[in-house]
Formats: sequence, C-alpha cells, structure tokens
Amino acid sequence: MSEMLNDPMFPALYRVLHVHREIPDTFTLELEPGDGSSIPAFACGQFNMLYVYGVGEIPISISGNPAQLSPLVHTTRAVGVVSRAMRELKPDGVLGVRGPFGSHWPVEQAHGKDVVIVAGGIGLAPLRSVMYHVMTHRERYGRIALLYGARTPADILYRRELEHWRAHLDLEVSITVDNATRAWRGNVGVVTKLIPHAPFDPQNSVAFVCGPEIMMRFTAAELQKRGVSPDHLYVSMERNMKCAVGLCGHCQFGPRFVCKDGPVFQYSKVRDWLLKKEI
Amino acid sequence: MQTLEAILAEHPFFEGLDPRYMPLITGCASNVRYKSGEYLFHEGEPAGQFYIIRQGKVALETHDARRGTIIIETIAAGEVLGWSWLFPPYRWHFSARTLQETRAVALDGTCLRAKGEADHDLGYELAMRVARIMMERLQATRLQLLDVYNTNWKAASI
Repeated sequence: MSEMLNDPMFPALYRVLHVHREIPDTFTLELEPGDGSSIPAFACGQFNMLYVYGVGEIPISISGNPAQLSPLVHTTRAVGVVSRAMRELKPDGVLGVRGPFGSHWPVEQAHGKDVVIVAGGIGLAPLRSVMYHVMTHRERYGRIALLYGARTPADILYRRELEHWRAHLDLEVSITVDNATRAWRGNVGVVTKLIPHAPFDPQNSVAFVCGPEIMMRFTAAELQKRGVSPDHLYVSMERNMKCAVGLCGHCQFGPRFVCKDGPVFQYSKVRDWLLKKEI
Repeated sequence: MQTLEAILAEHPFFEGLDPRYMPLITGCASNVRYKSGEYLFHEGEPAGQFYIIRQGKVALETHDARRGTIIIETIAAGEVLGWSWLFPPYRWHFSARTLQETRAVALDGTCLRAKGEADHDLGYELAMRVARIMMERLQATRLQLLDVYNTNWKAASI
C-alpha cells in the first residue's frame, strides 16, 4: 500500500469542502485529504492532476496560499466534460488528486527587485499564489504591480480579493476589460495597454505572465519594449498534460515537456517555440 | 508653476522633437479641464483638436440602438486622444466622455496643420508621431478583436 501512495500515478482521495462559484463558468474547489493526512507542500505556480472518478482527469494549477496548505484550493473554468462534472460536485463529494507537479514561479529570483504580474482571464488563478507570497514577504520585494485583463466586468475573477489588494498602498493593482458598457467606470482595452504606465523599473524587475498564449506573446513583446529582459520574464504554459511526470509525451512542447519542465518557463527559453504554429 | 511649453516638452508624444518647434506647437495649445461625465466631443462633430491627457481618464465610446453605449477604450493620463484632426473629413468617429475629473492640453488641429504645411519637417514629425499611436492602437485593437478570453473554442475533453 505504501508503494502505491508514493506512486505519482496513484491519486490520493480528497474530500470536497466547498465549491465556490466565482464568475459564470468559473469555480473554486476547496479540498482536504479524505484520510486526514496533511496536504503536500507546493510552490507558486505548480499544478495538481484532479480526477473525477468515472469521468476523467485534468491538470489544474493550485491557486491557494503556499504558506497555508489547508484547504487545497483550485480554481478552474467549466469548459469540458471533466471540469463540468467537477463543478457539479457537492460538499463531501470525492476527487482523486495527484501532485503537486511541475516548475514554479521563481519568486526567489525577484528578491530586491520590482515584481510585475500580468494576468489575463483565468490566468489570474495560477498567479494568485504569487500574490499571496509577495504580500506575506513584502519586505523582500521592491514595487509590486498586478496588471489584470478580463473579457468584461462580469468576468473579473477574485473581485473581492482584487479590491482588497487595491486598498494596499504598497501595491499597484490595475484592471482593464476588453468590452464594457457605460456602467463600467474602469479601464477598457487590452491588458498590454497597462504596461507603459505601470510603476516598475524595467532594468530591475521580474515579470510573471499567465493567460491565453496570444495574450502572453503580446504581453512579452510589450514588456520587452519597456525594457524588461526576456531572461527576467516568465510565462506559464498550458498543454495537454496527461501523466504529469514526463512519460506519456502528450504535452511535448518542442524539446520540452510542459508537465515536467514547465508549466512555468523562462520566456527566453520558449520564445522561439511559441512563434511556431506547428508546435 | 509649470509653463504649457514645459508640460508639452515633457510629454512622451513630443519626446525627441527639435526644441525649436516647441514654441510653435505651444502657440496652438491651451489648458483645459473637464468635470467627470463631461463630453470632450461627440461622434460626427468637426474634429478641430486633439488632447494630451495630463490627469484623469476619458472613455472613447459609440452607441448602438440595441446595446446602448459601448466603450471602445479608455485613454489614461500620459496618453493622447484623437487623430481625426489630421485627416479629412476632420470629423470625430467616436465620442469622448470623461470618467473622472480630467485635465488636458488641447491642441488646435487646424493651427497645427497650417504650421505643418508651412514647415514640412514639422509636419513629418507630427504625422510620424500620430502614425505611431495609430499603429499601437491598431495592434491593441487586433488583440481585442481576437477575444482571447473567450473559451467557447476549447476542446470538450477538459
């Protein structure tokens, strides 16, 4: 039995504590181990494989606080068979969990530097752990800028938390939406438009970017235009992760596997591959 | 108190411009202030000016009988509003409404066009600066049109 528990392909049984509807189609799961054991430590940006028994398994980034392991928190969008089944889970329902897997946002490399976090849509979920981390260790970082873009005002994820962060004087939070009616009094336009005015020193910054791939490419271009080195720019990739340990090859991305070598990559290492449409 | 010429010289729009042009440009400029909710201009009106936004925020908007008012984009402090003053028929394609109290420098487009016509080096500099803004806005608009946060295309297996 202990061999099975150490097997990364063997899911541990977790119990659903709460399913929280964030915005239409997007929900947050709070989970705890079914056997009362402790939740494995994770680093910002890592993911778990979540298994709905009898339906299927999908990779989801951990969106909780790495300094507060319990409960295990995942936010995802109900877009397919597995994620829709997950949304219908009720408290005390069960899930299989494997992980955590993959690389992490290198928050330690940003010590003494400004931090620029650019998130698009549900891309804020894998970056929320970074926000928790830099807020907990605020003294280790220079200026912190969170730039967030959503489709419409109704699609803004973690709205209450964003408002809470916005109230911090030592934190710059800018939000924009792609489409809005007159009732919206905030910014309208793509998230890249926030970059030229964001308060950070491009020569002494580390940028973390997560969102749809096109958005990340445009964002990386704009950050580089501002002067951020592609070596100090990190993106989180999404591919068809299945085994999560680099065996099956489903998530191959050029010479790398997203599950094992990623999902977080230094931009300079993946830039050329991102521009190849065949990859 | 900062002069209008100094304010304009510091703005990114005029960055790198030969300083001898600044008095000419300042001659076409005036300080303006708008309360929140005021319109700078309306769609279809003659486009006689453009604006260097110093403080506040402006929504560029249009309207549709079915959808009501739609905000195309917002223009923040440090940005430039309007390029219809440079090209015939010199009419605004959208309306501009302040979302906050807004301070700006308004530049008279007819005045600038006349000065650019008289001195083609100045005219070229102005046209290139406006072209760069148009290029940046076009790229942003293309990204906006891609509707990248729409997940309806996603594979049904996940």
